[in-house]
Amino acid sequence: MSDTDPKDLAAYAEAADAWFRENVVADPGFMLPLTFMEVGTDQQFHFLQDWQHKVWEAGYLGAAWPKAYGGRGLSQAFQNAATRAMRRHNGPIMLNAIGINWTGPLLLDIGSEAHKLKYLKGIVSAEDIWCQGFSEPENGSDLGNAQTRAVRDGDDYVLNGSKIWTTLGRYAKYMILLCRTDPSAARKYDGLSFILTPMTVPGVRTVPIRKLTGEHGFTQTFFTDARAPADGLMGKEGEGWKVAMRTLEYERGARGGQAGGYVSVPSDAWDVLELARRMQRGGAPALADPVLRDQMVDFMIEIQSLSLCRDRLAIPALNTDRPMGLPLSSKLMSTEFGRRVNAFAVSLTGARGGYYVGDGNAVDDGVWTRAYLNAFSATIGGGTSQIQHNIIGEHVLGLPKS
Amino acid sequence: MQELGRIGFNEAQGDLLDVATVFCREQSPIARVRALIDSETGHEPAVWSQIAELGWLGVAIPEAFGGVGLSLTEVVPLVEQMGRNLLSTPFVSTTLAAQAILAGGTEAQQQAWLPKLATGAAGTLALVEASGDWDLTHVDCTAQDAGGGRLALAGQKLLVSDAATAAVIVVSLRFEGRPALALVEPGDLPIGALRRETIIDETRRAYAVDLTGATIGREALMDPERAADALAHIHLAANLLAAAEMCGGTQAVIDYTLDYARTRKQFGQLIGAYQAVKHPLVEAYVRYEQARSHLYAAAHSFAEQGTGEIATRMAKAIADQVFSYASDRAIQFHGGFGFTYDCDAQLYRRRAIWHASQYGDAGYHKKKLADLLL
Ligand SMILES: Cc1cc2nc3c(=O)[nH]c(=O)nc-3n(C[C@H](O)[C@H](O)[C@H](O)COP(=O)(O)OP(=O)(O)OC[C@H]3O[C@@H](n4cnc5c(N)ncnc54)[C@H](O)[C@@H]3O)c2cc1C
Repeated sequence: MSDTDPKDLAAYAEAADAWFRENVVADPGFMLPLTFMEVGTDQQFHFLQDWQHKVWEAGYLGAAWPKAYGGRGLSQAFQNAATRAMRRHNGPIMLNAIGINWTGPLLLDIGSEAHKLKYLKGIVSAEDIWCQGFSEPENGSDLGNAQTRAVRDGDDYVLNGSKIWTTLGRYAKYMILLCRTDPSAARKYDGLSFILTPMTVPGVRTVPIRKLTGEHGFTQTFFTDARAPADGLMGKEGEGWKVAMRTLEYERGARGGQAGGYVSVPSDAWDVLELARRMQRGGAPALADPVLRDQMVDFMIEIQSLSLCRDRLAIPALNTDRPMGLPLSSKLMSTEFGRRVNAFAVSLTGARGGYYVGDGNAVDDGVWTRAYLNAFSATIGGGTSQIQHNIIGEHVLGLPKS
Repeated sequence: MQELGRIGFNEAQGDLLDVATVFCREQSPIARVRALIDSETGHEPAVWSQIAELGWLGVAIPEAFGGVGLSLTEVVPLVEQMGRNLLSTPFVSTTLAAQAILAGGTEAQQQAWLPKLATGAAGTLALVEASGDWDLTHVDCTAQDAGGGRLALAGQKLLVSDAATAAVIVVSLRFEGRPALALVEPGDLPIGALRRETIIDETRRAYAVDLTGATIGREALMDPERAADALAHIHLAANLLAAAEMCGGTQAVIDYTLDYARTRKQFGQLIGAYQAVKHPLVEAYVRYEQARSHLYAAAHSFAEQGTGEIATRMAKAIADQVFSYASDRAIQFHGGFGFTYDCDAQLYRRRAIWHASQYGDAGYHKKKLADLLL
């Protein structure tokens, strides 16, 4: 296959389409998570790990990563075609999100050859799960104040402290860790370092945390004299903040290099519309209610906004006044939409909105209530909506810092 | 799944956007906007001539009639920049009159009027009546056969933009039991038929037009077979251009408020540092970007049957929501100064009210969308 011949691309896209049509399991017999942050049970975890492995093996994940690192060495257009096929057939999400979207691109950009050889293939094949150790019990939004200590000792860093809300923490083999190497630095940001840290060494303990949905999702991670090899340092000592901010750019898609696929299924107004057609109010379809109709239309306008703003990014002439405006707003737009549209969906289900997953009378097995509760993972995780407002206000609109 | 419209942007739009951005900023500084409030016609004749010279009036008129041969798609960036700078001229009225004649005029009317409207004669539309109904097919003014090939008109039209400047007015009338459109010239109207109205947006001009006593020739009637389609087209075209003007206005009022938030200090710090000020401004900004995406999707999809209507109604609905919100917060965030006539926030707030009141507000368009989509 050559990566410049459009005939090859077309053939690849067609093969991907056929593969996903064939291989997507419509109903695994249990409810799949809608985002990687939601993975709650071993059953879900293993299903998704197998799924990502299978997609990778078939050549539809990491297609644009170099062959030497577990990729296929094709151009991005190939991977994009595969991702589109995945979406078209509603494939489950890719599990190893921190790996394929953040760590992978970071290593490809600034990692050493040894890093790349050691980590990338395990990331894309889902053999090695990665987690992110940024937030701490006392320092969440104020990430720059992270206090988990790392002290250089020979070829290792010795770690002490605790990280929290660690998604996939109990499954992870590695963590990208933001820690404090210099507590005396004049600026709190300058005392931070960014270290690739093994999770399966003595002194690292994870404790599951029960989520608002009742499932066990993320963990708290405790470090007690745990040793991380110093060659896992990304950038230089004291440059941890810069590296962490760079990983957030991969997360937002502001920088490329991601392995492909998607790690969450966005909320969709069309599904809610379909629900509204089925539900009843006063013996009539809920959609006959003028108030519900008005609200439904607002959501249709809003979902259309999200898709149009995404497409508008590709039109530079319509992004001249504030070029970072749309990129920095997209998380806030889409996550707040998700939260509100799912709350609306729950209200549409009437009295049965009182059920939850597990009761046979719950509408659509309780998926709406669960989706609403889980929607907060995105309005809180990755920087809360309030922090997003600050970021847009300060970095896009030029307002003074709060 | 229904098609809701896609965003696109062509080269001509890009060129016109660039030129209009500079032209409107230079020709419409806020001091001039305020000076024009006190003038009779509300616009600067020299600027109007320049707009004609730039060829903008002909953008959406076919070449066969002396126009540029593009469409409303390319008019949108022009109107957006006019709205951004509160630049008032009869441009939108004239463009809509031309659209009406294109959509429903006879061959002879098109030959007679489009070349003039393309080159600087102003036109307008007289559609609204005392009922205040946004449904343009609700017409109570009448035309009746007066013999000798003449029609006698009766009733009063309201909120006719730029009527005093217009060389031709497209009037909706009830004729033989159905809504019809006709071309009325100033000379057809009795003396004193025009009364300047006091409207919320002082940067514009609107007039009540008393048709009673006027007669027109039968040939002034537009094609009766196409009247319904023409009214539907006018409704959407007017909303598309309103959305453009509103998006521009929203951008400007957000910028105006940001300037204040970055310079006014209280309790020893800039008020923009307070999240009670900052976060609503971000809310307005994010919604504005969404509205602008809808605007350019509506511009791009306008000519597509069905999709054009959906995209245009969405664009007007969201533009109304965000312009109202942003201009309302603009008053609040200027404090006591915000309550003054001198503060520009009122100019935008008044304009947002005006646009909500003409051709349907957000609630109205959402009701229409519900019927189209749900
Ligand atoms: C499902 C989920 C998965 C997560 N996964 C990970 C992960 O894998 N790795 C990881 O490191 N972290 C993870 N997080 C943590 C997440 O990034 C933090 O929860 C988040 O940044 C907020 O920090 P906090 O919880 O300490 O809340 P706080 O910072 O204490 O915030 C509490 C409230 O105060 C508001 N607030 C705080 N500061 C300001 C301010 N300056 N202005 C206005 N309002 C403010 C916040 O918006 C919030 O509403 C996850 C969180 C969730 C919910």
